[in-house]
Amino acid sequence: MSDPISSTPPPSALRQSSPLPPVSPLGIDPRGPRFGAGITAVLLVVVLLLSGGAGTALLAVIAALFAVGTARGAQRTVQGLIFRRLVRPHLAPPAELEDARPPRFAQLVGLIIAGVGVLLGLAGVTVAVPVAAALALVAASLNSAFGLCLGCELYVLGARLRSRAA
Amino acid sequence: MLLRVVVIITVLVLATWLGLWWNARNGRFTVRDAAQRYTAPRVGVAELGVALGSDLTFLQFSSEVCTPCRRASVVLGRLASERPGLAHVEIDVTENLDLVRRFDVMRTPTVLVLDTDGVVVGRMSGALDRRHALAALESCPGTVSAR
Repeated sequence: MSDPISSTPPPSALRQSSPLPPVSPLGIDPRGPRFGAGITAVLLVVVLLLSGGAGTALLAVIAALFAVGTARGAQRTVQGLIFRRLVRPHLAPPAELEDARPPRFAQLVGLIIAGVGVLLGLAGVTVAVPVAAALALVAASLNSAFGLCLGCELYVLGARLRSRAA
Repeated sequence: MLLRVVVIITVLVLATWLGLWWNARNGRFTVRDAAQRYTAPRVGVAELGVALGSDLTFLQFSSEVCTPCRRASVVLGRLASERPGLAHVEIDVTENLDLVRRFDVMRTPTVLVLDTDGVVVGRMSGALDRRHALAALESCPGTVSAR
């Protein structure tokens, strides 16, 4: 690093620290996506128990669920509906709401992993189905049990790669 | 079938271990060695477009797909408002890729603790709460924490 104090203009999209609202107007109950990830994790365990075409078919169903979440947000998936109808009525109101974008990004990551697994499986690379299911199971169970935020871990890497490619 | 069950259990054990490791790592502050501090890349004093704190600045890298970033922002912003000499500046990674590269930011939130000259004193990343932020200040002797 030759001259650390560079003369580049100040970065444009600078946000000041003070009045960032803790709750987005589009906020969703953060327990919903975590509950949904739990359901997905159970389905992925079943994929690993099944063999042959049945496993591929169930992984395709899971990919379709991820596609719904990617298109509409994690709160409007089938799992999200189950949470709202059957679980949330029994819970206290959430302590805080969550922006809908991070869980939606996680749905996209799930769609890519499951989608690649299904496509490779259909192309005859049968081992890709359990491998993709195992990867997605790690992500889904981390999300469900520990609240892992995939967007936090992957988004910067994606942005760095994209800008290098550009 | 037995093999499949073993695979599933292995994957779940691995995920648990990963989760515990991830949890322990979040918010942990690492102080930069004083000898390396002044040769390492720094932030230009005027580069952020806002003044750095007279003692320390939390420079927070955030992204829109990051829930813990909002929480960290509230925690650090509140702390900065309570202590004179301490500032909090939050920037978006996609808009500041030069800084992201310069400081090897790999995840959000990443918080650099800068001295008043923009020298990086230490850093932490991942979900963090007030406890983590206070621990970070305490690891920076001779600064705001001493008050």
